[in-house]
Amino acid sequence: MDLNTLWFVLIAVLFIGFFFLEGFDYGVGILMPFLGKDDRTRRVIINTIGTFWDGNEVWLLTAGGAMFAAFPHWYATMFSGFYLPLVLMLLALIIRGVSFEYRSKDESPRWRTFWDWMLFTGSFVPALLWGVAMANLIRGVPIDGNMQYTGGFFNLLNLYSLVGGLTSLALFTLHGAIFLNLKTVGDLREKSRAVAQKLWLPTTALIFIFTIYGYFETDMFTRLGVDPGVVPILAGVAILLSGWLIRNNYSGWAFIMTGITIAASVTTIFMGLFPRVMVSSLNDAWSLTIYTASSSDYTLKVMSIIALIFVPIVLIYQSWTYWIFRQRISHESELEY
Amino acid sequence: MDALMLARWQFAITTVYHFFFVPLTLGLSIAVAIMETIYVRTGKEEYKRMTKFWGKLFLINFAIGVVTGIVQEFQFGMNWSEYSRFVGDIFGAPLAIEALLAFFLESTFLGIWIFGWEKLSRKMHAITMWIVAIGSNLSALWILIANSFMQQPVGYVIRNGRAEMSDFFALLTNGHVWVQFPHVFFAGMCTAAFFILGISAWHLFKKSEDALVYQKSFKFGVVYGLIGTLMVILVGHSQAQYMIKIQPMKMAAAEALWQNENPAAMSLFTIGNEKERKDVFAIRVPALLSFLAYNRFEGEVKGINDIQQEYEQLYGPGNYVPPVAISYWTFRIMTGLGFVMLFMLLFGLFKVLKGSMDFAPLYLKLMIGGIALPYLANSTGWIFTEIARQPWAVFGVMRVEEAVSVAVSSGEVFFSLIAFTLLYGSLMAATVYLLKKYAVAGTSEVIPEAH
Repeated sequence: MDLNTLWFVLIAVLFIGFFFLEGFDYGVGILMPFLGKDDRTRRVIINTIGTFWDGNEVWLLTAGGAMFAAFPHWYATMFSGFYLPLVLMLLALIIRGVSFEYRSKDESPRWRTFWDWMLFTGSFVPALLWGVAMANLIRGVPIDGNMQYTGGFFNLLNLYSLVGGLTSLALFTLHGAIFLNLKTVGDLREKSRAVAQKLWLPTTALIFIFTIYGYFETDMFTRLGVDPGVVPILAGVAILLSGWLIRNNYSGWAFIMTGITIAASVTTIFMGLFPRVMVSSLNDAWSLTIYTASSSDYTLKVMSIIALIFVPIVLIYQSWTYWIFRQRISHESELEY
Repeated sequence: MDALMLARWQFAITTVYHFFFVPLTLGLSIAVAIMETIYVRTGKEEYKRMTKFWGKLFLINFAIGVVTGIVQEFQFGMNWSEYSRFVGDIFGAPLAIEALLAFFLESTFLGIWIFGWEKLSRKMHAITMWIVAIGSNLSALWILIANSFMQQPVGYVIRNGRAEMSDFFALLTNGHVWVQFPHVFFAGMCTAAFFILGISAWHLFKKSEDALVYQKSFKFGVVYGLIGTLMVILVGHSQAQYMIKIQPMKMAAAEALWQNENPAAMSLFTIGNEKERKDVFAIRVPALLSFLAYNRFEGEVKGINDIQQEYEQLYGPGNYVPPVAISYWTFRIMTGLGFVMLFMLLFGLFKVLKGSMDFAPLYLKLMIGGIALPYLANSTGWIFTEIARQPWAVFGVMRVEEAVSVAVSSGEVFFSLIAFTLLYGSLMAATVYLLKKYAVAGTSEVIPEAH
């Protein structure tokens, strides 16, 4: 495997980590106003992700940084091309991050309700937009021979990408509901399981619709063949299994299954892209690849050494935090904030 | 306005806004870590109250620094795609490393710190705050490594139509980093100190309960601030001497020095005519600029017109003169405030050394207002160092107008500029409201814990 491929894989891994982790905390943020009928319950719900959300979001920052360092043209073309959706995403992430910190800092119910809805919006919008972005990435967007995006905002809003957006929204919300079920007790635990049960069918349906739609809208499956291989099938099997596991109250396993669905779906998309990083809908020769978009060999080498040293360290201490805060959170817990 | 101008405004607004909150994070993280360490070492309860009180304010401020930082990392690709293409090979690396080494560290361990009071041993809990402080300051280091490349590009070759990294270690050992980073680091200490001093002064002025905490905080602030401010000034001095060597135009603009001079006089007050590049009215101290530049009363300091000619030879025709008035005044405000702050602290030290915490109401009021000074100095400092580099994005290598995104229309930038400005404006209101609320409430609000 050459370094270009290694970095493509590494960025895929960063996105998988990001969607797996931030996926459930988006879901928790989306469900919070609906499952939390009183202030204390809302605080409990927020505290299930309070410790983790910021560390989870750094996966995105690192993925962005890695794209910049390893594939500057990918970073430049995609970020300038997807300009308005990214602005919306940033606005959402800003209000979301602030809500966590600010909502409990004032007792006024209006203040709290306001920030709770900001947290909802800040979780809802990115959960939707990430699906839109991934769908456009694999579907292809107008890119000219100079690696410049030539479309506008509405090129990004096609039916396929909207289905992609709804799929990621549903999947993250389901993932979050199961996480809540894992992290809480009593009434809240029951309610979140009921929500997960309700969400399961539409989520599964969307995933299959999105996949089948992909056969017509993208070249992914002509490239992968009719038998797409083990990874996409794994995504499908895992989501089917999760339904049975939720019903039978194996929430830990169900969480692993939605996690596998997320990981395998992102992997499928990256496999469909490879060795391209941005697909041009105008001319296949204008697509950006891991070779045309990449940094020099020297830079990739330097970055590889740094990544090999520090990624494992990050994984160790992030796992450690999940271990320290492994207990379920109840209304009786010390809700330090 | 065209897309370029709008993108410049957006970058300026979002960056200045971001850095409005960052220095307090840098300095206060260390201050809180020190307080908690004293608590763990001595077991004195007042230090726990101090840790919680200043820690709470730290968190409010930290949140907004973090979320506005995300915009910074994405903005290069969004608004400056041609910049990203041209220098991504060398400039992307420190940004990626910043995320991997610093962002993960500060965000993960801050989560542990907030929620871990009952889960960790006291010692371990204090250590997590130290890790947060290290993470925050490490992030400053890496982003300044990136910024230093723009001020003094090193470790690259122009190949394949772009700047490619040829020596990673040259980026790290770039002389510019090691004058700029300490300057920012100590400015963070200074900012945190004035924040602590101002709020403590308010409570001392109001004779709040728990006076012990505010007295100890005040003493801490005086010492912490003196170290910070003194070092900012000293490092700033060597930074200026460094600037004369690598960016003479920046220094010439800072001094509104139109022609080469030997020995060079320093301007105390100049009203200039920027178009015709000459003074309208000026009070100047002979030979002082040479002294500041070279530690002796002679030596040539280059002037704007001469450097302009030199650069035309070097880089081709064009205007290489940055906006002189802005450079001149921001530089003066920054340096002037440094000395004002130093005197305010020295007076405090004088009183504290005499063993008296009985400050005159006027001094306390001054210290409350003093909270604003480091913010003003931090902002003018950055506005100066970035504006006086113009027209360059990367000094001598890439101009700002070559750096802007091709695919983004002026309408799109207009929308985002308005959206960010409005959102940032309202967040500023919310943040100031909360900081004020918790600052005024004092330690009664943090012990017992509010939920």
